[in-house]
Amino acid sequence: MGMSPFFFTTKYDQTLLLGRRARNASELAEGIAEIPAMSVYYHTHHFLEQHHFLSPEPPNDFAYWATNVLNDDLLGEQLSSIDVIQCQTIEQIRELLLRVLDPYLAAAKHLADCPQGEDFHFMSCRTFTLPTPYSASSLDEFCVALEKVSVSSLYYHMFDARLRPELGRNDFTIWFRDNSYKELAEALQNLDPYTYTLEGLRKTIVKLVRKYDRP
Amino acid sequence: MIALEDYASIVGQSSIDDLRLIAQHLQGYTIQNINSTAVGGGVAEILNRMIPLMKELGVSARWDVIRGDERFFVITKKLHNALHGTPVDISNEELDYFLAVDRENVASMEFAEMVFIHDPQPVALIEARHGHEGHWAWRCHIDFSRPNRKIWNFIEKFVRQYDVAVFSAPAFSRRLEIPQVLISPSIDPLSEKNRELHEDEIRQVFEKFGIDMSRPVVTQISRFDYLKDPVGVIKAYRIARRRVDCQLVLAGGGATDDPEGPIIMEQVKAEAAKDPDIHLLFLPPSSDLIINALQRGSTIILQKSLKEGFGLTVAEALWKRRPVIAGAVGGIPLQISHRYSGILTHSIDGTAHWIKQLINEPAYAARLGENGHEHILNNYLITRHIKDYLLLFLSTLHSGDLVHLT
Repeated sequence: MGMSPFFFTTKYDQTLLLGRRARNASELAEGIAEIPAMSVYYHTHHFLEQHHFLSPEPPNDFAYWATNVLNDDLLGEQLSSIDVIQCQTIEQIRELLLRVLDPYLAAAKHLADCPQGEDFHFMSCRTFTLPTPYSASSLDEFCVALEKVSVSSLYYHMFDARLRPELGRNDFTIWFRDNSYKELAEALQNLDPYTYTLEGLRKTIVKLVRKYDRP
Repeated sequence: MIALEDYASIVGQSSIDDLRLIAQHLQGYTIQNINSTAVGGGVAEILNRMIPLMKELGVSARWDVIRGDERFFVITKKLHNALHGTPVDISNEELDYFLAVDRENVASMEFAEMVFIHDPQPVALIEARHGHEGHWAWRCHIDFSRPNRKIWNFIEKFVRQYDVAVFSAPAFSRRLEIPQVLISPSIDPLSEKNRELHEDEIRQVFEKFGIDMSRPVVTQISRFDYLKDPVGVIKAYRIARRRVDCQLVLAGGGATDDPEGPIIMEQVKAEAAKDPDIHLLFLPPSSDLIINALQRGSTIILQKSLKEGFGLTVAEALWKRRPVIAGAVGGIPLQISHRYSGILTHSIDGTAHWIKQLINEPAYAARLGENGHEHILNNYLITRHIKDYLLLFLSTLHSGDLVHLT
């Protein structure tokens, strides 16, 4: 029996400048508490896209700034250790960030300002999704298409879809599950996409799917 | 003539295909770019390259230049400097004259559905919007981090009438009621300054200038002015030189209209005269091939700027897989993630420390260069710039954080 078709979508982000900045950990926390959800998403995810070739890749923007600009290794390490994979929504990510920052600020005796000109600039993004010409009605077609689509398409299906319920759960796991490949769906669900480069992730998924692509 | 498909071997066919997908959604619209000069300067350079590529994507793109007399351009130069933060004296009469010239241009121009105004000179053309249904964007290409307040207040009256403002670096964003978009500049990997070179081409350039390629070469390519800190570069080199063998190359154009330029130049010449391993190269504007070769053949590239717009020489060097040590100013931190894709420094001693480190740890230096290359490949090539421009105009047609195009 054939599988229902899976249509590959791609997406591109437009980076927005919010005109808001932070000079120390306290202003960073205030900002994180107040910025729009898309801004939290941007600062915890754009490194994945911008630096998807690096392994290990830099952590989220907040952790990077704390470590490299504030020179606060402890705060930086705590912010980079946040387990984004456990979050189903962007609000959960915001909560985890504040759960690190709030006790840190409560315990801090002195807060250092960043050097002049190295403020943390809050940004956000608008996402544009577009249908690609690629679709799949079998696991083999899926692998062929996945090897051809841009990393932006892979990113959209693996990261965006999971965190943005309003987009619908248009991801690979759901498609496998709906087409009676429950074991494959589970194997993919258990994979932590944040620990791969995007090209590494692409290869890993193709390899995994090939294992289940029985004639 | 370079075609869009020529970039596929660099950025991947899927990226070119995605550009075509996005461009389909702008069919039927004309994007009209307007700036103040057809030749010279970064804006003209990028429009010269981008307009043909956008046309190839099926987007109707055109480019018009405003007219003005000498007095107008003297005033706009003052505006430019004031927005850079330089103290300048501009009278109300001069601002009135500026406005009058922009209004004359409004009267003689036809405007498309999408108007893209570049830099402050034509900013007041937005007045044409009254009774016009188009979408207007304003792009500021200059360092805007500390603008002169009086001049910013004057310019802001016009900026806030646009649909969207575009800046090159986060530090340039302002508190504005209209959306602000980040679009960084880009380099063209197929241009003379960035194309692949044969080893012989590189060697010939080094031989021409008497630079020994068998020993480490530390190079800074930039104008000889205070903000690029050539004297600080020489001091850092001297400190490093106590522990590691290396040569220093300072290459770039002559002093600019910066009043301190000639003083800096004399200091640099005096310092260089004491050391045969310091090579000062005064290059004319058409030296792209030489710059390309110097960047590719150097062991380390410096960009020790004290202030910077975007600093595209960093992207050029990273593209060539060179390890870069640069000041953490302007757009440079966007291009370098410290210790991942290059080194960001804040002082002469810090710069000297990292010169020694990178010369002594060539494997780490090579990894920085490789990561830097990948970062530029993914984020600072002309194809990304085109994508951002296409999204900019799509964004004026749609609202909301998530836009599903069908």
